Amino acid sequence: MIPRYQTVLLIVLVLASVGMGLGLWRQLERAHQRLLTGRDSAPTQAPQVAPAEQATLLVANDDDNSMLTQIQSLPLPQDPNARARAILGKLLDLYAAPDSAHPIPGGANSIGQVFLLPALDLQTAPTPHSSPQSKAEALHPAAPAQSTGPELAVVNLTSAFVAGHPSGLETETLTVLSICGTLHANLPRVTQVRFLVDGQPRATLAGHADLTRTYLAAEAETAEGAHP
Amino acid sequence: MPSSKAAPSTRRVSLALATILAAGCFVSVAAQQPAPETPPSAAPQPPPPPRFVVLLDAAHGGDDPGGTLKTQAEKQFTLALSVRLRSLLAARGIQVVTTRESDSTVDLNRRAEIANHANAQACLSLHASESGAGAHLFVSSLPPVQPARFSAWKTAQAAWVTRSLALAGTLNSSLLQSGMTVTLGRTALLAVDSMTCPAVAIEIAPERGADHQTTADLDDADYQARVASAITAALLEWRSGEWRTEARRP
Repeated sequence: MIPRYQTVLLIVLVLASVGMGLGLWRQLERAHQRLLTGRDSAPTQAPQVAPAEQATLLVANDDDNSMLTQIQSLPLPQDPNARARAILGKLLDLYAAPDSAHPIPGGANSIGQVFLLPALDLQTAPTPHSSPQSKAEALHPAAPAQSTGPELAVVNLTSAFVAGHPSGLETETLTVLSICGTLHANLPRVTQVRFLVDGQPRATLAGHADLTRTYLAAEAETAEGAHP
Repeated sequence: MPSSKAAPSTRRVSLALATILAAGCFVSVAAQQPAPETPPSAAPQPPPPPRFVVLLDAAHGGDDPGGTLKTQAEKQFTLALSVRLRSLLAARGIQVVTTRESDSTVDLNRRAEIANHANAQACLSLHASESGAGAHLFVSSLPPVQPARFSAWKTAQAAWVTRSLALAGTLNSSLLQSGMTVTLGRTALLAVDSMTCPAVAIEIAPERGADHQTTADLDDADYQARVASAITAALLEWRSGEWRTEARRP
């Protein structure tokens, strides 16, 4: 025979469990509603607070393996990294347009980030026989904030862009050179460019163009309009 | 008794030493004899001409299909072009070395190794693409440097860039003469940048008219034959003239 007080306790505990379960369920519903409301009110386009400025784009053309200079007006932030990303985003938007002479899907979202770092002088790069001090100076030049010398731009592309890029020697070379040339045209201190894909080094863009090396902006200048 | 056994062995050793000494004297006397002179009628033979070797690198292969063309993968097109070129060049007495003869995976460094061991006078990396028009000729974008005894693997082509540009010029003339559209450019290509030979990457695209309409597709047999003939003509011209002037360089 179960004592009466134990029966009452069991009923109270069962009722408390059911009550807490209902309470939790209701809170979950509320949280879900709050999330949906927040998503609906999120801005779909970034506010254009920055003033519109002119940017020089080196636009590739597959038909004659050339790059033509195009001036575009677009809002550009003051931060150099964000500025470089916005300019390259505009360039890739042009390539994603239906009538593009250098068609690549993806558009502005294909640029993950652009980082500007003090450039390592390739002519005086450290060798195995360099002194430890010279190695340290070469590998860790002045801090970015104090740097006024040449800069290295590290362009982080998305894997979706690379996967969708047409494979071909000419088209890949033009993409790389137009990115290098556009960066140098708008940020003259950028003299070297390196590429990453989703933050990782990658051998080639789409099977051809070498992404392991450091590109010099001067290479894009010589390629501009270079066709027979 | 031991002394009576030692005597014959001592004699044998002495005899052997005497024989060796006599043979040595004979050899030294023979060496001092004047060498027989060549007959005055025999003219000095000119040095044999350096052999002319062409390296054909059919890009991609095996696990790496390359780009996707309309009816085939890039690796199939490049292999077919390589085989066709090899036949045409061999028929004209040119020695050909290829990086692959079947649908096999060949590492980029291995391709450069094959080229460098072949001591080729012309290295062609064959590619294909649906973008652009005609033939795209690319030379390494490495800045030219003076040849040195040792060079870095990834920039070995730098000492040959000038010669590669000359080879690209010869190919450009021949392809233009065959009526093709040709574009020239510089690029960074992993295998080519490590080659120690005049090296050009050739990318074949469909032939297009002024209105960008395709006039000859990549699977057009006539178009393929025209491309192969033009490249063969260019290599024959390269063999007959330009390369001999600096064949020993660098």
